Amino acid sequence: MTAISREEVAHLARLARLAVTDEELDMFAGQLDVILQSVARVGEVAAEDIPPTSHSVPLTNVFRPDEPRPGLTRAAALAGAPDSAEDRFRVPRILDEEE
Amino acid sequence: MSSLIKKTAAELGELIAAGQTSALEVTREHLDQISKVDGRVHAFLHVDVEGALAAAKAVDARRAAGEKLGPLAGVPIAVKDVVTTKGLPTTAGSKILEGWVPPYDATLVERLKDAGTVILGKTNMDEFAMGSSTEYSAYGPTFNPWDLTRIPGGSGGGSSAALAAYEAPLSIGTDTGGSIRQPGAVTGTVGAKPTYGGTSRYGLIAFSSSLDTPGPCARTVLDAALLHEVIAGHDPRDSTSIPAPVSPVVAAARQGMSGDLTGVKLGLVKEFMSAEGAEPGVVAAFHAAVESLTKLGAEIVEISCPNFVYALPTYYLIAPSECSSNLARFDGVRYGLRVGDNGVNSLEEVMSLTREAGFGPEVKRRIMVGTYALSSGYYDAYYGQAQKVRTLITRDFQAAFEKVDALISPTTPFVAFQLGARTADPSSMYLADLYTIPSNLYGGPAISVPCGLSEGLPVGLQVMAPTLADDRMYRVAAALESTIGTLTPPEL
Repeated sequence: MTAISREEVAHLARLARLAVTDEELDMFAGQLDVILQSVARVGEVAAEDIPPTSHSVPLTNVFRPDEPRPGLTRAAALAGAPDSAEDRFRVPRILDEEE
Repeated sequence: MSSLIKKTAAELGELIAAGQTSALEVTREHLDQISKVDGRVHAFLHVDVEGALAAAKAVDARRAAGEKLGPLAGVPIAVKDVVTTKGLPTTAGSKILEGWVPPYDATLVERLKDAGTVILGKTNMDEFAMGSSTEYSAYGPTFNPWDLTRIPGGSGGGSSAALAAYEAPLSIGTDTGGSIRQPGAVTGTVGAKPTYGGTSRYGLIAFSSSLDTPGPCARTVLDAALLHEVIAGHDPRDSTSIPAPVSPVVAAARQGMSGDLTGVKLGLVKEFMSAEGAEPGVVAAFHAAVESLTKLGAEIVEISCPNFVYALPTYYLIAPSECSSNLARFDGVRYGLRVGDNGVNSLEEVMSLTREAGFGPEVKRRIMVGTYALSSGYYDAYYGQAQKVRTLITRDFQAAFEKVDALISPTTPFVAFQLGARTADPSSMYLADLYTIPSNLYGGPAISVPCGLSEGLPVGLQVMAPTLADDRMYRVAAALESTIGTLTPPEL
């Protein structure tokens, strides 16, 4: 039995914003099937009434004083950007011109 | 080979503080060794010659001005490339961050600088710390100084190989599922994962935020403890940082070096003794070390941790889930690579092309596994169930620590394998972390210390301690080291 089909892997790649190639899909489909069947073993554990652990440190609502501190300058923040314009990160077109 | 590069960090710190050598001399000899051997080892992705020499000169100037130096002032260190260093390239072993220069230092890097350590450069690693062999680095693998045809472990193979090749006496690693301890084991060096929250994650490029833990790598237990003390402690910039004092790790290492473990009770994890997959040579070296611990006065009992057998599948749901979310930030907008921005492609297409070109196969696999485990309809059976099993694994630890002071096991089931032996079958690579993962899920500290050889290659023993009792693992590890000694790799 397979845990995941090639089409489902293609769907996952789209969700994860990975423009995978056909060759990669062939490879990943088999590998992900093995991995997912293996990790599905967690289902063998009877854990209905067990609370989940998201984090090993029981800290909640950690606050610090709300005091102004120096941050990055605009130039420093933009220095690593692939593209910038007018002191901002420049991104490709999001909306069509007609919209 | 010069004598300075064979010395421990503790010895170098003392020599520098006493004026018997200079930080500059120590730094130059390590840079010379890097020039000599790193072409074959490839532990470093970036060597900062000028920065290191300037930092060393600054330490020497402080000493000349009469300032009292700390124990690691002037001692060189290598930093895993997943930790941000202001002005020094940081790639996390990925093409997607090629050429990126961080505008800020990680908290631990600030602390290294404050302590006067000399940063030599950035070390190679599996891409985004996902892997157990350093073969998933986008910049080519690191080679194990014990045998250059074999892997140095991963993900922090560069940090451990740099120690075994005498390129640095200290290095920084990060441990999400064993990425400090397993490379330590297979290179014959020491690697410690502190208590989660005991070392700051600020400036650590995130893989799995509930598991990622920076920690020290060294050739001796005392050196690891000295480095631990420098980098550990509360950081207000990391909301999961524990606001509690650091346990006395250096004092504990010194106590352990006396070789007396009278009154210490250690638990052998029963499920790990029967688990398939551990090589006979690893098991033999481990049992010989257990006998040594008994001779030092430790009492050994067998302890059952029944849920540990589910640690591997639990981890391979939780870590990929968190990674699929964390790595969403690599979208070609704010830093790193951008591909396909031709004025025609949409933002979404540019993101997908960028991530496709920038991420390697293991990162893509984990992002997709995580996306699957978090998706509607599968969430409860996969991610939700894994979080519940994580609770049961934590309870196994808590029950064990009511009976014993610490748990022990081999660090990893096998010695350093040949390059290429496990890349074709990703799930066979995952087995490398079989014994190290439980401590990450629980959050407690764990250390790997050399315990002997199998087929001429190093074997590590792991000591797992309760949360916040990092000192305990250093005591046991130092005691074992006092009787077994450190391992010396062949000359390169």
